[in-house]
Amino acid sequence: MPDKEKDIVVCRCEEITLGEIREWIDRGYDSVNEIKRVLRAGMGPCQGRGCQDIIMREISRRHGIPLDEVEAGTVRPPVKSIKTGLLVAGGGE
Amino acid sequence: MEWKNKADVVIVGGGILGVATAYYLAKLGRKDIVVLEKGTVCSGSTGRCGAGIRAQWGTEMNCRLGLAALDIFEQLDDELGLPTGLNQGGYLLVAYSEKEFENLKKGMKLQNDLGVKTRVVSLAEARGICPALDASDAVGFTYHARDGHADPFLTTFAYLEVAKRLGVSYFRRTEVTGVTVKGGKAVGVDTTKGHIDADLVINCAGAYAQVIAKMAGVDLPNWGERHEIMITEPVEPGVCPPMLMSFSGNYYIQQRPHGSIICGVSPKGHPQDFELRTTWQFITHMSTVLNKLLPVTKGIRIVRHWSGLYDMTPDGSPIIGETDVKNFYHSTGYSGHGFMLGPIAGKILAQHLTGSKPDIDFSMLDYRRFARGELIVEPNIT
Repeated sequence: MPDKEKDIVVCRCEEITLGEIREWIDRGYDSVNEIKRVLRAGMGPCQGRGCQDIIMREISRRHGIPLDEVEAGTVRPPVKSIKTGLLVAGGGE
Repeated sequence: MEWKNKADVVIVGGGILGVATAYYLAKLGRKDIVVLEKGTVCSGSTGRCGAGIRAQWGTEMNCRLGLAALDIFEQLDDELGLPTGLNQGGYLLVAYSEKEFENLKKGMKLQNDLGVKTRVVSLAEARGICPALDASDAVGFTYHARDGHADPFLTTFAYLEVAKRLGVSYFRRTEVTGVTVKGGKAVGVDTTKGHIDADLVINCAGAYAQVIAKMAGVDLPNWGERHEIMITEPVEPGVCPPMLMSFSGNYYIQQRPHGSIICGVSPKGHPQDFELRTTWQFITHMSTVLNKLLPVTKGIRIVRHWSGLYDMTPDGSPIIGETDVKNFYHSTGYSGHGFMLGPIAGKILAQHLTGSKPDIDFSMLDYRRFARGELIVEPNIT
């Protein structure tokens, strides 16, 4: 991999680089969830909105799997982050 | 990876129990080990758990296992050469009545006798350990500083990567559909990828262990129990460094070294349906508990909410050992504590299966104890 690509930050919430993502894909992992679990890519406040497509494309290229067959990451509630205080009876600020 | 149709050892389940058992077996000299995982790495209970590790237990067996697990975790990064995210902020247990406090102290006496240095702390001291804590309605606290947290993902991936280097094969997306028994012995398994002959089959299938056991004609009284859990955005450290836990208060809360706060409660009604649903009721209830105990959390956002299965037994204690079917072993029923006990459970079973004396004699964890009525009831579960 060209050196200048290695340090590109793919997951901005957790500051995970393209180099780290390629290293784990090359160890044989081929799903967004596994990359998320081992590197925390996609676990931050934006929940993978910025990095998932890039990770899927990298998996597709490096494992030779068509992009539409790469397992996407799980979308978990509450989807958009919520302050805990707003969920409590009589809550609000 | 190319499919193998023969192995020395086949392990059903690729979570922490499966990979730790495989790693110690390989390290102690067993060759040709295959681990079968229905999903992907950490897609089951290991990757869904609360990540706590502790030795503050209510039975002698769990205290011994918990303490030995801490000994392993404390040197595991060096042993595996990969990080496991260990962070020992202690477990701070909270009692809300005199009776509950007496029970915690009774547990502490047992723990102290076994070398677990749990102690009683005052409210002022508890606030020193957990700066954002309110808990003015609490009656008392116990604390064990070596308890804490490790990263279930990092720990499992670390065991797996090193196990692979030692020759272990790990097949993902491979579901076991049958266990072949001949002449009272397990001799292989059927899977969605094909059949595999084996000299030894180990059931590490977590909340599905009773389903796998049934395939060999073995009845386990286990069940999978759904628990919900949530995590916040990362915030400055110091909100809740220890695992804050109460049995009567029904909660566990801990800030990870990374800054996010992870928390859960035990479900009401204990659903036993293998579902992994989440409910709005959980996040409203959990937020209420969280805001009351740690008022500073009101302005902190939840980013993720999910559920996972406890692999429950009738007494809350694990099942380790051979079954009435020869060469068919269980290592399951950790009742919500499989991640923290996985390393020691994997090690002692591997020692037993390689002819060395296990660090801890686990014969009392035989599954036939349920039929005999010799339950080892663990009171310290949430």
